[in-house]
Amino acid sequence: MTSRKLLAAVLAGSLVAVSACGSGFDDDKSTTQQSAGPADLQIMIASSGDAETKAVQAAAAEWASGSGNKATIIPAQDIVQQLGQGLAGSNPPDVFYVDAARFADYASVGALDPYAQGLAGSDAFLPNLRQSFTYDGKLYCLPKDTSTLALQINTGLWQKAGLTDADVPTTWDQLRATAEKIKAKGITPLAIGDTRDRIGAFLVQAGGWWVSPDGKQATADTPQNEQALTYVQGLLKDGLAKYPKALDAGWAGEAFGKGKVAMTIEGNWIKGALSADFPDIKYKVVELPAGPKGKGTLSFTQCWGIAAKSKFKQQAVAFVQAMTTADEQLGFAKAFGVMPSRQDAQASYQQQYPDDAPFVAGARYAQGPVNAPKMDSVLADLDAGLQGLQNGDPKAVLQRFDKNAKSALGG
Amino acid sequence: MALSRRAPSTRSGERVAGWLFVAPVVIVLGLFMLLPILMALWVSLTRWNGQGSPFTGDVPFAGAGNYTRLFTDEGLTRQDFMTSIRNNAYYVFFVVPIQTVLALGLAVIVNKRKAFFRSAFYFPSVTSSVAISVVFLFMFANGGAINAILSVFGISGPQWFSDPRGVIHLFLDSIGLVDVNAPPSALADHGVLGLSWWDWTSGPSVAMCAIISLVVWTTSGTFMLMYLAALQNVPVQLEEAGMIDGASRWQRFRYITLPALRPTTFLVVTLGLIGTWQVFDQIYVMSQGNPAKTTLTPAFLSYRTAFRDFDYGTGAAISFVLFLIIVVLTLFQRWLTRERG
Repeated sequence: MTSRKLLAAVLAGSLVAVSACGSGFDDDKSTTQQSAGPADLQIMIASSGDAETKAVQAAAAEWASGSGNKATIIPAQDIVQQLGQGLAGSNPPDVFYVDAARFADYASVGALDPYAQGLAGSDAFLPNLRQSFTYDGKLYCLPKDTSTLALQINTGLWQKAGLTDADVPTTWDQLRATAEKIKAKGITPLAIGDTRDRIGAFLVQAGGWWVSPDGKQATADTPQNEQALTYVQGLLKDGLAKYPKALDAGWAGEAFGKGKVAMTIEGNWIKGALSADFPDIKYKVVELPAGPKGKGTLSFTQCWGIAAKSKFKQQAVAFVQAMTTADEQLGFAKAFGVMPSRQDAQASYQQQYPDDAPFVAGARYAQGPVNAPKMDSVLADLDAGLQGLQNGDPKAVLQRFDKNAKSALGG
Repeated sequence: MALSRRAPSTRSGERVAGWLFVAPVVIVLGLFMLLPILMALWVSLTRWNGQGSPFTGDVPFAGAGNYTRLFTDEGLTRQDFMTSIRNNAYYVFFVVPIQTVLALGLAVIVNKRKAFFRSAFYFPSVTSSVAISVVFLFMFANGGAINAILSVFGISGPQWFSDPRGVIHLFLDSIGLVDVNAPPSALADHGVLGLSWWDWTSGPSVAMCAIISLVVWTTSGTFMLMYLAALQNVPVQLEEAGMIDGASRWQRFRYITLPALRPTTFLVVTLGLIGTWQVFDQIYVMSQGNPAKTTLTPAFLSYRTAFRDFDYGTGAAISFVLFLIIVVLTLFQRWLTRERG
């Protein structure tokens, strides 16, 4: 009897508390009240390291003192989770990094303000990067920087295998032929990451892609995609390419840095990683070999998102514009090795860093990540399929993706 | 008359005082345990996308939809969920018996020995699970300590954390019953709840085995302490009576010590069941569900569904199903280990 009463009392108490809590969420559905004048901007960044945090902090401080606002940089440990908490509590940071692979999730739930749509000067940015941040025909945010994939060649192992500059592969057939020559000398030819973010480049080269350009339809099960996966599978089966885990490396760059492979396919970030961890390695970078439908690579990018619930949108837009000038982007490039996302800045970047020409060239024909909401578990499932590609059936992997993506996209 | 009037008022005064005394605990538990659970239960009935409060009228109400998607609707959600249930069931099936037997064995050994071994065996339990997970990552690396030791015996070790093949499949393959790369169609083409019979019977993957060994190693120490405490409470007279009756050492252990340890065994198995069904941090640190989803567990899937896919409703529903599984299994094993006769 008493215990039942106790339970009833506790239940009643918690129900009251639930409703109190419910009202505790700041929740006005109408557009958020905007404040003019000096703002106190919270900026959450998913920093690649100390160098980036410091560079962004310095740039933000400069903007704040010049414009009479306050800007606080919050380096996030796990930006997806921290942002999730902020958004659920209706108290997100005003400005935050949005990864292109996650962008559609944020845009589709209305977390982002489409400030970049119609913003003067937004066409200075590379078109394919703008496409990465377009959802339902609206450009939501300005790309912060970009990276693309290219082919890295270990020049030492290259010479050891008796190869010269003339052997640098520019087509799929040459890549295979060169790899066979390297393997004949007892060297593993190629390390490639076992995810869609590397293998996807072959799809682009074959003229296919996982989804349609508007991100509304799954288009994996096509002859082009099958051709691409069959080609990669052939490399894996014949031991011409290996996944990093089979080489005892966390990622392909590590296997390359340790001198276990003659070639790898990675992005701009490999420069910094190699000079930090494997400073002695000699290598050069070339564009990825072209497939049956020409050149193709993947681009990775983040944008400066502004929260739909920010109180200081006007000031936030001013902040983002200040962060994305050509000069600022070149400064960031110098500080932590990213490639500018503006066409005008890319030209001067290429002059300053001639070794990066293959990455810059790739930015022009690169394909961004799958740009559709609710795809994370579908893509994780796809990666699981790609991990088993060596013994798997390429067509089954593609069909499975189509089936899962269709139900996720509701198409 | 005066007496009979005073009596109930004293009792009601006691009642108020009683409530006052338990109030701090009731408030703290209600606010930090019961309330969040009820809020999560509500979220599991909605299609809340993580924007703003889930307690307003314009959050779409899903009813039982999030739950039925886990069980009846064909699709990736059910497939992922069932895969995670399968992985976790094998994990529990291996971890709980092994850690219980190991804990009992260790306790019997250190019962009469010096304190050094007690602290040595308990040491893994007091170390942070994240730190231990990272150490194990290095040990199980392809060129790590485990494979180096195996190679001394002429065994070439597997690529632990990138091998998604199930150990039951590998065993059947090694005795020539099936071929892992070409599963028999009788198993592969039929199935239940979104997974084929072939998938259901895989056993824990090689990667999961590494995690199983880690968890057994870290938790046996704690359970050893519980057994140790119980062992020292077993009356010496019983043991002596057994000796007088001429019982052998094994008979004394089997018919005197083990029955005396029954309540502790119940505690150890229950705690083991709860802990293993909730496994999260080792998965988060070591594998994130890879390779090929063979280390995906409901707890990690719930986190991923909510925070990566913004599907908080399904994520919360998964955690409530997990809660039910734990309750049912605990009741079942309570029934199994009940006092008979």
